[in-house]
Amino acid sequence: METLIGLLVAAPLLGAGVLLTGGKRLDRVGHWIGTLLALLSFVFGAVLFTNMLGKDADARTLNSHLFTWVPVDGFQADVGFQLDQLSMTFVLLITGVGTLIHIYSIGYMAHDERRRRFFGYLNLFLAAMLLLVVADNYFLLYAGWEGVGLASYLLIGFWQHKPSAATAAKKAFIVNRVGDIGLSVAIMLMFTTFGSFAFNQVLPQAQQASTTQHATITGIGFMLLLAACGKSAQVPLQSWLGDAMEGPTPVSALIHAATMVTAGVYLITRSGAIFNAAPDAQTAVVTVGAVTLLFGAIVGCAKDDIKKALAGSTMSQIGYMIMAAGLGPIGYVFAIMHLVTHGFFKAGLFLGAGSVMHGMNDEVDMRRYGGLRKYMPVTFVTFGLGYLAIIGFPGLSGFFSKDKIIEAAFAKGGTEGWILGGAALLGAAITAFYMTRVMLMTFFGEKRWQPDAEGHEPHPHESPSSMTIPMIILAFGSVFAGAFFSINDRFLKWLEPVTGHSEGDSPVSAGTVTGATMVCLVVGVGIAWLIYGRRPVPAVAPRGSLATRAARRDLYQDDFNHVVLVRGGEHLTRSLVYLDHSLVDGVVNGTAASVGGLSGRLRKLQNGYVRSYAVSMLGGTAVLVAATLLMRAV
Amino acid sequence: MNPANYLYLSALLFTIGAAGVLIRRNAIVVFMCVELMLNACNLAFVTFSRLHGNLDGQVIAFFTMVVAAAEVVVGLAIIVSIFRSRHSASVDDANLMKL
Repeated sequence: METLIGLLVAAPLLGAGVLLTGGKRLDRVGHWIGTLLALLSFVFGAVLFTNMLGKDADARTLNSHLFTWVPVDGFQADVGFQLDQLSMTFVLLITGVGTLIHIYSIGYMAHDERRRRFFGYLNLFLAAMLLLVVADNYFLLYAGWEGVGLASYLLIGFWQHKPSAATAAKKAFIVNRVGDIGLSVAIMLMFTTFGSFAFNQVLPQAQQASTTQHATITGIGFMLLLAACGKSAQVPLQSWLGDAMEGPTPVSALIHAATMVTAGVYLITRSGAIFNAAPDAQTAVVTVGAVTLLFGAIVGCAKDDIKKALAGSTMSQIGYMIMAAGLGPIGYVFAIMHLVTHGFFKAGLFLGAGSVMHGMNDEVDMRRYGGLRKYMPVTFVTFGLGYLAIIGFPGLSGFFSKDKIIEAAFAKGGTEGWILGGAALLGAAITAFYMTRVMLMTFFGEKRWQPDAEGHEPHPHESPSSMTIPMIILAFGSVFAGAFFSINDRFLKWLEPVTGHSEGDSPVSAGTVTGATMVCLVVGVGIAWLIYGRRPVPAVAPRGSLATRAARRDLYQDDFNHVVLVRGGEHLTRSLVYLDHSLVDGVVNGTAASVGGLSGRLRKLQNGYVRSYAVSMLGGTAVLVAATLLMRAV
Repeated sequence: MNPANYLYLSALLFTIGAAGVLIRRNAIVVFMCVELMLNACNLAFVTFSRLHGNLDGQVIAFFTMVVAAAEVVVGLAIIVSIFRSRHSASVDDANLMKL
């Protein structure tokens, strides 16, 4: 069984290797190879899962040590895998949703001549993400972490002939690097403090050392949070996510649902012991989560680009998860549960958006959609189910998982609990608003279609079955996953041995929270219907209020980065260059000039007159003789 | 006779030679002054040889003569060739490596 864990990672890695080095002769079968290997990985995952289910809850962890990567005295970095319930959940999500996205891409990328390469990158993405979640130490996790960053760069910039895509890829990579610094510093701190990278060494020690080395552990917590912010697009490192929509739509689905942005949530949940020992770091985590969930939701309200609206919603939903993970043992399980249900409905929504774009000549502006429900019935139904799930319609999966997070936020207790719970409720209302807006603008109302740049009238049609079947499967997940997980607290019991769980004492009852959530839901949907359902949607975006314009510009996040970081960086480099020119070069040039001046003076002694040379010789000899005599006298 | 007198004479001759080298312009005269200095040294060597009662000083005097003879050969050849090219034997005229 242990070998299967290695094969799980190796299958997509093999696919990436074969597809990226195989050359053109694989063009005709490349997508099948990629999809089959992703499927194979899923099968391995499923086998491991059934095997795991057959064991006792406490004996489910599988360990497999492959070899020692860096065998230096006192510094042992191992390549080893650890598959517990938490990793297993991620493995199934990554390979399952990943495989569906592979299948979808066969149809979506059918007309792209670089499809083989695309599948190679997709496989690389899966392999890196799988490595990240099954690693048994932080060092190997870091390798997967960087692999994810690389694969996302390659995929976001897949249409590299578009300057905007190339820029977006660079932006994603650079912002991620900022987060990566956090992870590497955290790992270094762990090594100096605990002398190891392995989860089973670091985490128990962190718990014991919470009083003696409080400052260090808090530092590690903050650095891990920075890392999570980078990968999971949380404030303040969120700016790359919107631009990452430049990649092909399946990539967005993969990044937002199965891989990449979930890595931050995984990291925080996995490092739960560290955060439990560092309450200050936990407070920072919930703050980041709460701010991001509102930030993303507000941005999502104003975007006319369907993918960017969904990107805002991802940011917001990941904010919910980060917030839940920051709540400590009250929230870990629900963070992961929301992550899984979100994986279903967000992948479904993105694939639906891709299907709409596929039928509309790659138009992304929702103001040019309208009335598509008759032309794309399957997309409409699957997208609609995803929509109901994300806003938390009773009975669908988002309802169960989001409700639990809101309850957990209140259960934090005290003023903090009220603030977090309030933010989560407000976020739920805004989510209902902007998702309803997306739904109404895309599928309802009158047609606002416009010919594209070459003058082709759009002829919306249903997408091929390779695209609709994954959407249908994901729609099933969106509908039933939440209920399946919640009956008898199934998910809680499954994950509890790994993450631990405690019930907080909530000041409000679960029923009240559910009621409040429903009120928020109805208010959000109602407002959206008043604005976008009852009245026709203008085909050209109106100027909008100050708040709308701010949200359209991502609440000035890029402007902020530009003013503070880019300008600040420029000023810093300019002053450093000035310092370099004046001080460093001054010393160097001054030395050279003084040596030059001195030799200019000395040069004059070489006048070519024999007699003056004779004087210097005589003088020199006289001095030598005098010195000799003097020495003798002394 | 007091051997110190020879040393005085040697010092006097050396001084005259050195002064001649420094102040005269004619290369031949400068050359002669160099010879004068060498011979002043020889005189001092021989005197010291006598004073100390060994032959070391005399041996060195012979060495000096050999070197001086060789130097005369080379030096005169140089002076002659300089005179031929510049039509002057002044050391101040020959202040450049080129003509």
